Amino acid sequence: MATVSTNEFKNGLKFMMDGEPCNILDNETVKPGKGQAFNRVKIRKLISGKVLEKTFKSGETVELADVMECNLDYLYSDGEFWHFMNAETFEQLAADAKAIGDNEKWLVEQDSCIITLWNNSPIIVSPPNFVEIEVTETDPGLKGDTAGTGGKPATLSTGAVVRVPLFIQIGEIIRVDTRTGDYVSRVSK
Amino acid sequence: MSQATVTDVHLHTFNTTFVGPGAADGMALYLQTSPEFHMKRLLCAGSGAIYQMCKSFRNEESGRYHNPEFTMLEWYRPGFDHFDLMAEMDLLLQSVLKTQPSDTMSYQQVFLQHLKIDPLTADIELLRQSAMSYDLGDFVAHEQNKDTLLQLLFCFKIEPKIGQERPMMIYDFPASQAALAQISPQDSRVAERFEVYYRGIELANGFHELADGSEQLARFEQDNQQRIAEGLAAQPIDHNLIDALGAGLPDCAGVALGIDRLIMLALNKKRIDQVIAFDVQRC
Repeated sequence: MATVSTNEFKNGLKFMMDGEPCNILDNETVKPGKGQAFNRVKIRKLISGKVLEKTFKSGETVELADVMECNLDYLYSDGEFWHFMNAETFEQLAADAKAIGDNEKWLVEQDSCIITLWNNSPIIVSPPNFVEIEVTETDPGLKGDTAGTGGKPATLSTGAVVRVPLFIQIGEIIRVDTRTGDYVSRVSK
Repeated sequence: MSQATVTDVHLHTFNTTFVGPGAADGMALYLQTSPEFHMKRLLCAGSGAIYQMCKSFRNEESGRYHNPEFTMLEWYRPGFDHFDLMAEMDLLLQSVLKTQPSDTMSYQQVFLQHLKIDPLTADIELLRQSAMSYDLGDFVAHEQNKDTLLQLLFCFKIEPKIGQERPMMIYDFPASQAALAQISPQDSRVAERFEVYYRGIELANGFHELADGSEQLARFEQDNQQRIAEGLAAQPIDHNLIDALGAGLPDCAGVALGIDRLIMLALNKKRIDQVIAFDVQRC
């Protein structure tokens, strides 16, 4: 596998550390006027999700991680694997529960997701920032209530539970921000 | 530009080729990393006290506090030692940045105070253990260079804590980090060198200048040996400087102050590219 020196460090570079692919979030050069230069790097470990800071001696080399991202449409889950398809080549790919993580509740059939592959195996599945899902369960609301009040919990068809305004009824489709889990709007059918 | 350049293992120069009258086949020229060698030749020629504000160039340096092209104010004071020059630097900072009088502390004192380590007596294993206890990089476990470990500890565990309220001048660096400073006649373990730190920024570096041409030559040659050992190219030694030192450098102290960083501090800017019109990303 190819290696790179610290001079090539930049945000988004993926390299191997402790046997795990990592993504550089921030890279700062620390160089005394007389003496050794160092790189202070903030990284996210892509599998554990841990964010940590590491120091390198400038000129050190690291092993690049074979990490790439692709857009695939979500098809279905068979209980063990979640299946995705490339809309152009129709090639299919299966991600396991570890790659799906907490995102199962945001997977909507036909939605295009970003799949991060490490050595061609999916390690992260990122849903779209906004998804539209049907409300399957919520207490009946009162007419005339507006979004300004505290709201109520609603269970969606994917299993996600979201706080919604009181006027939202079972069977309606709502738009949700998957990054925060917040209700955004009602989607007219 | 100069026909020779610095040998410092940690400085990377820009070099170019002059083609013209007398140099049809090309002549190697280097952009100065600081005006030090030329100014010392002037001092040897009897200039007396001199200053210069000029551009300097360092390859491979770019970041929050670094731009490969930057502005340096450098001055020399015959008859001064490094303490005299620290006092003069303090007056300049008080005048330009409206700072309180600077604190001063020796390199040894500041290590003892912040890390409980004596940098002059600690062996390499103790420095490794200390750096590992702060999780300062995986390379530490097999680092062979004591100065690298000292610089690592200083950069990450001392520098962020000093000079916050008022400038801090650190003096008497280990002799192995002397650069172009005299070794102290009182304590051969330290060099008469100082650095100025203020609000997380390394602002200036000064020396009670080494006047001994043969010792300077030996240090340049030692640098080149270390360069070769590290897989770097040896640099052409500036024999014009060595010859000038042989003719006699007056006892003097000199200091270089980063003007861009001084402006950052004066204007309370967070990045050097905020005070340089055409930094490396825009030039």
